[in-house]
Amino acid sequence: MHANQIKSSNPQITATAQGTVWEIHVSGSWRMDEPWPHSADAALNGLEGNGIQRLRLTAGDLGAWDTGLLAFLVEAVKRARSCGIPVDTSLPDGLQRLIHLAFAVPAKAGAARTKKHTGFIARLGSAVLDILPGMTDFLTFLGDVTLAHGRFFTGKTHMRWQDFMAAMHECGVRALPIISITSLLFGLILAFVGAVQLTQFGAQIYVAGLVGIGMLRVMGAVMVGVVMSGRVGAAYAALIGTMQVNEEIDALATLGLAPIDFLVLPRILALTLMVPLLTLYADIMGIVGGFAVAVFMLGLSPPEYINATVQMVPFKHLLIGLIYATVFGVVIGLAGCYHGMRCGRSAQAVGQATTTAVVHSIVGIIIMTAIITVICNVLQV
Amino acid sequence: MSTAPAPQSKISIRGLQVGYGDYVLMHDVSFDVSPGDIFFITGGSGCGKSTLLRVLMGLKAPQKGQIYYSGEDFWQNSQEGRRHIMRQTGVLFQAGALWSSMTLAENVGLPLQQYTTLSAEDIRRQASLKLALAGLAGFEDYYPSEISGGMRKRAGLARALALDPQILFLDEPSAGLDPVSSRLLDDLILELRDTLGTTFVIVSHELASIFAIASNSIFLDAQSRTVKARGNPRDLVRDSGTDPSALLFLTRGGHNEDKDTVL
Repeated sequence: MHANQIKSSNPQITATAQGTVWEIHVSGSWRMDEPWPHSADAALNGLEGNGIQRLRLTAGDLGAWDTGLLAFLVEAVKRARSCGIPVDTSLPDGLQRLIHLAFAVPAKAGAARTKKHTGFIARLGSAVLDILPGMTDFLTFLGDVTLAHGRFFTGKTHMRWQDFMAAMHECGVRALPIISITSLLFGLILAFVGAVQLTQFGAQIYVAGLVGIGMLRVMGAVMVGVVMSGRVGAAYAALIGTMQVNEEIDALATLGLAPIDFLVLPRILALTLMVPLLTLYADIMGIVGGFAVAVFMLGLSPPEYINATVQMVPFKHLLIGLIYATVFGVVIGLAGCYHGMRCGRSAQAVGQATTTAVVHSIVGIIIMTAIITVICNVLQV
Repeated sequence: MSTAPAPQSKISIRGLQVGYGDYVLMHDVSFDVSPGDIFFITGGSGCGKSTLLRVLMGLKAPQKGQIYYSGEDFWQNSQEGRRHIMRQTGVLFQAGALWSSMTLAENVGLPLQQYTTLSAEDIRRQASLKLALAGLAGFEDYYPSEISGGMRKRAGLARALALDPQILFLDEPSAGLDPVSSRLLDDLILELRDTLGTTFVIVSHELASIFAIASNSIFLDAQSRTVKARGNPRDLVRDSGTDPSALLFLTRGGHNEDKDTVL
């Protein structure tokens, strides 16, 4: 930048009043990464009051300069304008043109914003007020999804079978390794915790019942639900959210294709099918974990343990566990897809959608567990 | 051309070969960008313009050849040396690539915050100035998602200008702009070159802009995968007597539809 004029003098500002004219004279070398000289404030403040009618900007003996100098001059012009004082400039051509450029597009009226600081009570209030519209919006989404299921069962859906198969593969087969590890270990833990108490009165054999009923009735489903919230719920929200950012969802809508049918339906259907199947698998892995503890740590024989499991665990627990699992599948799918579909159009919004999807599906799973447990209690099953 | 950089050049490219894996997108690319040049890299879709730009910006390593910035070999430099070179350049990405979690003033202010010791107030003032130069006065506290595509592009330019770079890379600056905005952007480029002495390297196939403001250019060809023509586009047309668009149309045809243009 103006390398031919480089002098290493400091930036200088001198401001003088000549009658009603306030003259600001700049000189020296200016670099944007250095702060303005101390005289800057006095030079700018001198404009106001004192009967100043006109501002004159002059420059002499300028060394190298960049937008640091420009920022100062533009600030001076802005101050003058806000006081309604006309400005004369007698500056080098380049500076003159840059100042002109900085004011070429006037600030749009009403564009500027002042950051409002809201207090705690106000934020609490608006959060409460947001609950109702939020609920309505979710119910609308739920209605759309229900209608999509209606179209699916009457054979009028736009859903593509390959999407459905891909979704099943993603949330079913590819989740097997992580489900294996978590549920096997969970069975082990359950057996260990139980064994500590039960061996005290020689009732180790009841570990079989503890692990069997515990896994089958509720824990298997909850384990799978939590793992799938993190694995699949988050992925759905991020994927659909990114499609929203890229206008892919709008592209579907403009073709007259319901985005719900295309994106949401196959995923919710796949989860509703796959979570119970994975739960069945998790139940077996959990029992294997309990079996390992019983045989290798508690000295029970394998046939003894299997026999005890079959006798102590009625079949109805398996069915109740599958009911939990089916509900969880729906909850995870709804949370993931809902937050994806309602995602804003920025990278930050996608991150938010993903987080909320996971939080909501885990909270949803726990709430549904409580509800189903109470219902089972009332029905005495 | 010899392999030594031309002494006065801002950027010297010597025998550059660019591609992905074993695939060679272009080879034997050599050119010089002088200080104050408005240098266009142009050619049909898929000829590798944007990839070449990524290599120049230091985002991707070339397969062969040298890139000199003011005589310094970029890829032979230390990590620190490369950072130093990159600090003197600014980039306007095709869609602006603004950080969506920050306001426009924060977007423009971030490079200043990272590279200077200015106070928050001074940074804010510099950011406002750069936004005003790009025609966005008053939009400091808007988020990128709240403004139009053309405005996002101008905000991207304001961010590219944040540190008063000596070299500005622009990727398809007029794509998606209406003809009037595109003209205004061309005027802004000329103005910045004349007043601040910025050197511009622009990837574009907007013929109107190329003929209006280019001081130098290279035309890449997808078939021969190298430079087909070079020089001031107005001289090229005058000397060869061809229709201006022929230069571009002859280069059309692609293997890879500029997959990396949206960064």
